[in-house]
Amino acid sequence: MLAEDASFTVTHVHPMRTLDGITLPHVLRFLRFVTLPGKKKMAARIHGGAGAGAATALSTFNPKKLVAPSRTNLPAARSSKRCIVAAAGSDASKSLRVGHSQKLIANAAVATKAETSATTGTGHELLLFEALQEGLEEEMDRDPRVCVMGEDVGHYGGSYKVTKGLADKFGDLRVLDTPICENAFTGMGIGAAMTGLRPVIEGMNMGFLLLAFNQISNNCGMLHYTSGGQFTIPVVIRGPGGVGRQLGAEHSQRLESYFQSIPGIQMVACSTPYNAKGLMKAAIRSENPVILFEHVLLYNLKEKIPDEEYICNLEEAEMVRPGEHITILTYSRMRYHVMQAAKTLVNKGYDPEVIDIRSLKPFDLYTIGNSVKKTHRVLIVEECMRTGGIGASLTAAINENFHDYLDAPVMCLSSQDVPTPYAGTLEEWTVVQPAQIVTAVEQLCQ
Amino acid sequence: MAQHLKSSKSTFLNVLRHSLAFGSPSHASRHLRQKLPHGGPPSIKKVSPNPLTRLCNTMVDTLSSSHEDTNNESFTNIQVMDFPGGKVSFTPEIHFISESNEERVPCYRVLDDNGQQLPNSQFVPVSKEIAVKMYSDMVTLQMMDNIFYEAQRQGRLSFYATAYGEEAINIASAAALSPDDVIFPQYREPGVLLWRGFTLQEFANQCFGNKSDYGKGRQMPVHYGSNKLNYFTVSATIATQLPNAVGAAYSLKMDGKDACAVTFFGDGGSSEGDFHAAMNFAAVMEAPVLFICRNNGWAISTPTSDQFRSDGVVVKGRAYGIRSIRVDGNDALAMYSAVHEAREMAIREHRPILIEALTYRVGHHSTSDDSTRYRSADEIEWWNKARNPLSRFRTWVESNGWWSDEAESDLRSRIKKEMLEAIRVAEKTEKPNLNHMFSDVYDVPPLNLREQELLVRQAIKSHPQDYPSDVPL
Repeated sequence: MLAEDASFTVTHVHPMRTLDGITLPHVLRFLRFVTLPGKKKMAARIHGGAGAGAATALSTFNPKKLVAPSRTNLPAARSSKRCIVAAAGSDASKSLRVGHSQKLIANAAVATKAETSATTGTGHELLLFEALQEGLEEEMDRDPRVCVMGEDVGHYGGSYKVTKGLADKFGDLRVLDTPICENAFTGMGIGAAMTGLRPVIEGMNMGFLLLAFNQISNNCGMLHYTSGGQFTIPVVIRGPGGVGRQLGAEHSQRLESYFQSIPGIQMVACSTPYNAKGLMKAAIRSENPVILFEHVLLYNLKEKIPDEEYICNLEEAEMVRPGEHITILTYSRMRYHVMQAAKTLVNKGYDPEVIDIRSLKPFDLYTIGNSVKKTHRVLIVEECMRTGGIGASLTAAINENFHDYLDAPVMCLSSQDVPTPYAGTLEEWTVVQPAQIVTAVEQLCQ
Repeated sequence: MAQHLKSSKSTFLNVLRHSLAFGSPSHASRHLRQKLPHGGPPSIKKVSPNPLTRLCNTMVDTLSSSHEDTNNESFTNIQVMDFPGGKVSFTPEIHFISESNEERVPCYRVLDDNGQQLPNSQFVPVSKEIAVKMYSDMVTLQMMDNIFYEAQRQGRLSFYATAYGEEAINIASAAALSPDDVIFPQYREPGVLLWRGFTLQEFANQCFGNKSDYGKGRQMPVHYGSNKLNYFTVSATIATQLPNAVGAAYSLKMDGKDACAVTFFGDGGSSEGDFHAAMNFAAVMEAPVLFICRNNGWAISTPTSDQFRSDGVVVKGRAYGIRSIRVDGNDALAMYSAVHEAREMAIREHRPILIEALTYRVGHHSTSDDSTRYRSADEIEWWNKARNPLSRFRTWVESNGWWSDEAESDLRSRIKKEMLEAIRVAEKTEKPNLNHMFSDVYDVPPLNLREQELLVRQAIKSHPQDYPSDVPL
């Protein structure tokens, strides 16, 4: 019915992505929303997230160079000790240092190593927090309006060292240490954005941004709309969240579930040094307010990233591992638990397709949809609580849009609806573990 | 000379000490104490039974606490300690700072109740053009409020909030600012827009939410906004604009502009957390922002006695290290001068300033309120007549020969005609197109919003009788 009614035309269909042979009643398939603002032409290269045909054709965007296809991330065994360490500078008094047994660390997810990068040859290795810092520094060099504000971001360099060295380079005014009031400095960032700056607001921990909810919802999300488009709010709100290593309930919040309803904001979650830098840069360049979710346990992931400039598409999901049997949708830290489970699954003869959704608001239903149509089974693995999390919304979106393509109900593995306990053993079990993922896949694929 | 005096004072202190064997330390240990950084911990004094000793001890304390020569003996260092945050002197008296001063902070005014200039009044002179424009705009604001309020009562507007009684605050503060100063209003400051050139038609368009409204019909009436006139769109939540103003001031400071941020709020708004945080931030950031509090006595039905227990809002400035002033908000000249001076200080010295303008909210909180339910009609009437800011200022303007009854009636009839025409046109103008429900949420509508727009259009198409006919599709 919608197809007949459609008074809009097919906008952009990516040449490498035309779907053959399948008549799809839902108008969704014909739409590819423009993902980059029309006002700005991106000079940097765009690395799309999808496996095949990484470049995306967007009418308003003219990349100088298109990246060669296939920047896929395949899992490789890695020293797991490196990855999931409480990510804080050695002297960060704010971080909670806990001794931890080897057993727990060994269980932790592994980082992925990029396969031979399409951009062959040089590249440089760095940790995720360094990638964020690099992205931020490049944007601050590029645009004098970009500034940073938050607690201890200046000379202290940030509690997770993402803003290390920036105050020395750009001065106290562009890298601003604020008193402790999240609502106030978020409000400040919004006011500064309305007068022409491009602030990057750091919440020391995402959980603290609950105090800034009013400014984020009522002002950040709404003022572009209620002012009739007269004022834009190009802020980036970022910080570490998620369940860490015994950080306690208040420091283990998953804010993406609280924020996902706010109209007017975009949400992205980074998971690798590559996409961390790319998303940071894209978020800063976006005219919309963007919330960039980092994870406390992923800051020390190491990866080799390209030397040349690149940004990641804010609205695109990332194909981590193409497969045929089942679509596993995940983001942030759970990506690594999924990849750990994937190894086991491959050994058992399954072929899971793993997609890091990256864009939490809006969902990249295009990539997700294509995957569902291929595999007909969906498993969502998230860190949010069962009630009202990203997984809950994603389940609804998939059911609504791709119901015809599902051979089994969408399954969602989430954390329980409990505050995160401090005890290490209990904490481990609030988070979805690879063994549970394997069991779920086996169940779905029966 | 001063050095000599100081050293003789310390010699005297030393003599006093030694002769009275003051304190527990012996001669030898005094020498030891000198080596300690910052003088070490304060010595514990035992209260002597000897009254003369006690007197001398007190003298030593008093003298040494005011003695600032850090090169002197260690015993003076002990009396003044360097905590993080700086030196504080100690006192042996247990003394709580009183919760309030005996006298309230005085209020700055230039004109008396009858509009006569007070003798010895200090104020920034106002030219004839400015004074006449100020008065005319005050009249315009009052009439605009009258007519819009009546329109709401007739059912032609959904909502309105008047600024009765606060015309002087609105207009005089705007007059003292420059067009580059960015305004973050609460919702009772349309006069600032009026001063800057927002036309009556533009006000009407916003109130009627038609397609000429700059807000594209998305906000309630009186939630004006104009990026052209540097007036930020009103956000209904109380005091959320205060941190925004600090951010804007920080941005102006970074750009080195000759402009400041100005934000308005009421007595009720000063209770919000954002007020305190914004004041603190502004002081720490040394941001050029004016915090103008319209203390009009009421926050809907809550009187100021139920809102705070301090001496109004002006005393809160000091708590954050902010220079403050209390002004008679119904005195246009005083408001003008205060804002003018404050603006200079803010920009030149990179500091925030707090201005508490005392006034009275003559009107109801809004058209959804009937204030006679919680205050006497006599009180309202008294403020409306006896303490009217318009009549006070008019007397002064006329005393300079710049205004007359004829000018008044000319103005009033012109404004009335303009207003009625503006309303007529605004009412007739089309409402914004349906696609404006979905535009500007993001810079470009994403997939889910385009989908949702399709669903709405589809629903309208199949049930046209259930949808308003005056919304173009």
